[in-house]
Amino acid sequence: MKTHARQFNESARHYTADLHHRNLIQKALDGYYVKRDEFKSRFQSWPDARDLAAEIKWEAVNHLDRYLDEFVSRLEARGTKVFWAPDAQAARDYIVGVAQQHKVRSVIKSKSMTAEEIHLNDALEKNGFEVVESDLGEYIVQLRREPPYHLVFPAMHLTRRQISDLFHDRLGSEPTNHPEELTMIARRVMRRKYCEADMGISGANFAIAETGMISITENEGNARLTTSLPKIHVALVGIEKILPKLSDLALFLPMLATAGAGQSITCYNTLYGGPRQPGEADGPTEFHVVLLDNRRTELLADAEQRDALHCIRCGACLNVCPIFKNVGGHSYGTTYQGPIGSVITPHLRGLQDWKHLSQASSLCGACTETCPVKINLHHHLLHNRRNAARARPAPLESLLQRGFVFVMRRPGWYQLAARLGRLTQPLQRLIQGTVLDPLRAWTKTRSLPSLAEKSFRDWWRERKAP
Amino acid sequence: MVQVLERLGHTVDYPEAQTCCGQPAFNSGYWDEARAVAERQMTVFRDAGVVVIASGSCGAMVKVFYPELFRQHPREKEARVLAAKTFEFSDFLVNQLGVLNVGARFPGRATFHDGCHALRELGLKKPPRRLLQHVQGLELVEMKEAETCCGFGGTFAVKFPMISTAMGEVKCASIADTRADYVISNDSSCLMQIQGILDRQGKSTRTLHLAEVLART
Repeated sequence: MKTHARQFNESARHYTADLHHRNLIQKALDGYYVKRDEFKSRFQSWPDARDLAAEIKWEAVNHLDRYLDEFVSRLEARGTKVFWAPDAQAARDYIVGVAQQHKVRSVIKSKSMTAEEIHLNDALEKNGFEVVESDLGEYIVQLRREPPYHLVFPAMHLTRRQISDLFHDRLGSEPTNHPEELTMIARRVMRRKYCEADMGISGANFAIAETGMISITENEGNARLTTSLPKIHVALVGIEKILPKLSDLALFLPMLATAGAGQSITCYNTLYGGPRQPGEADGPTEFHVVLLDNRRTELLADAEQRDALHCIRCGACLNVCPIFKNVGGHSYGTTYQGPIGSVITPHLRGLQDWKHLSQASSLCGACTETCPVKINLHHHLLHNRRNAARARPAPLESLLQRGFVFVMRRPGWYQLAARLGRLTQPLQRLIQGTVLDPLRAWTKTRSLPSLAEKSFRDWWRERKAP
Repeated sequence: MVQVLERLGHTVDYPEAQTCCGQPAFNSGYWDEARAVAERQMTVFRDAGVVVIASGSCGAMVKVFYPELFRQHPREKEARVLAAKTFEFSDFLVNQLGVLNVGARFPGRATFHDGCHALRELGLKKPPRRLLQHVQGLELVEMKEAETCCGFGGTFAVKFPMISTAMGEVKCASIADTRADYVISNDSSCLMQIQGILDRQGKSTRTLHLAEVLART
């Protein structure tokens, strides 16, 4: 089996060489930057809004025990069934169990990265349940049998033409280049599925402790249908989604829309507080909330990186990340792509297997600069690197680092090394860029500057000499 | 840098025992090794009044990361003292000395590249530009991707050369759009990356360090 690191390298090599793909992603994001900045400027003060959002999430995450209890007790008071899932397996088993118990025939699902994280669709399908994604982008990647490309824009890597071809092949529709027509094709299929489905699965953007409600944000109205038409609604919620107060949404809803999609507010924002209550005419008869830990508590225990749990999954860090833009979302091989994925995946799925993502960064800090809840993303990449090297130092790299220390603590050796470099450079020039070149990793695609004939130190000495 | 500082009437010393700030080890995750190298610089610069660094990256290492590296270490206080008296070159000129015009003359069309460490760790967006705006004969034009990383990133450049090069290509395309003759920055490593790609593309655009421009009269 290929290691995750090798897979990442191979995929990154493929995508960085694909100029068409790189341009497609860049172009898609150019429009986002314009709208994001427009709506950022409508905040009285975006920097103050970030400070406040970070403070609120800090409060929620650092008192998670209290807020989760409050959230659950209020939900249960209105007849919601809450399941605490310690890991992905437990969450899958519970949800499959609910489906089996109610002899569910088909499942409709709105967008949920947490469901991607636990591979819920696979589990349901293996147990004989049909699952249909109702978010258009998710539906498209589901038809292509591939994971979402981006945690907010799952199908951003596809052109209209590709989507038309896909619908033609899988749904038998006529080819078209119009987004409206493409949407209508999907809509016709989906409407039937909503009516057939007897179970709707959703995620949650926020979990409000004060009122015991989940908040779902969407642009297509699909989540409303998914959660209200079928007789059972199951919401899968990561424990870090907590917000203390209902009024916190006044900040977080516009902030998520602005940072995530360059919108002032997302089209549909809905709160769900329980199943159909006595006297109510509609809504699901059963409402299950599955609270997922899946190693989030390990991140919670790490004081240095705890703020990674502030994440509201807006995807803003992906959109500004030069690594993401050049290697693309599928190269990561993770549920969560981009900087936030590189930070948390080692915690969720194992440091040694996923440390390469923390290394595959120039540490430019664009992610930290843009993050609406002020997660110290690029410094956490450094922390992951340190933790990985400390737990299992790579033999060759340790040796090189020890050599580095030896030379850098001895100015005489340092100067000797510089002199050797100047002496050997003409030889290196002869083999530059070839397989013999020890500096090939650099010189294959880039020239190397000549070392100055005179070092600064020599210049300094001559200048000082009387 | 020495010439500019002396022109402004300052006394410059260069402790010959100095080597590297330790960033390569730090960024690779080898913090014990980085500390061993950093300790040496802390000793070398102990008596300096002010330390001026011609690199935003090395500057950020000393100013931002030394305090983190030495957190709860016997030499933490010393690390903080060195951090407080260390400045990147443009930061020192503009924010410490209040100097904008260093009396430089440099004819040509140039664009400025923000090194990530200078920009985001040290917050130095304006100082280098203000200095360049006062250089006689220099036409400064902004590129669209001024704040986008050039892709160098230390050992990242050789551990992930394909990603690093792709990032550099994005940068160089933006530079080409400005039709500038020169790319100026306050970080030599970014300039090595940018020049390396410009050369391979057969472009005549030259990279220059901020100090090289400010030293010309």
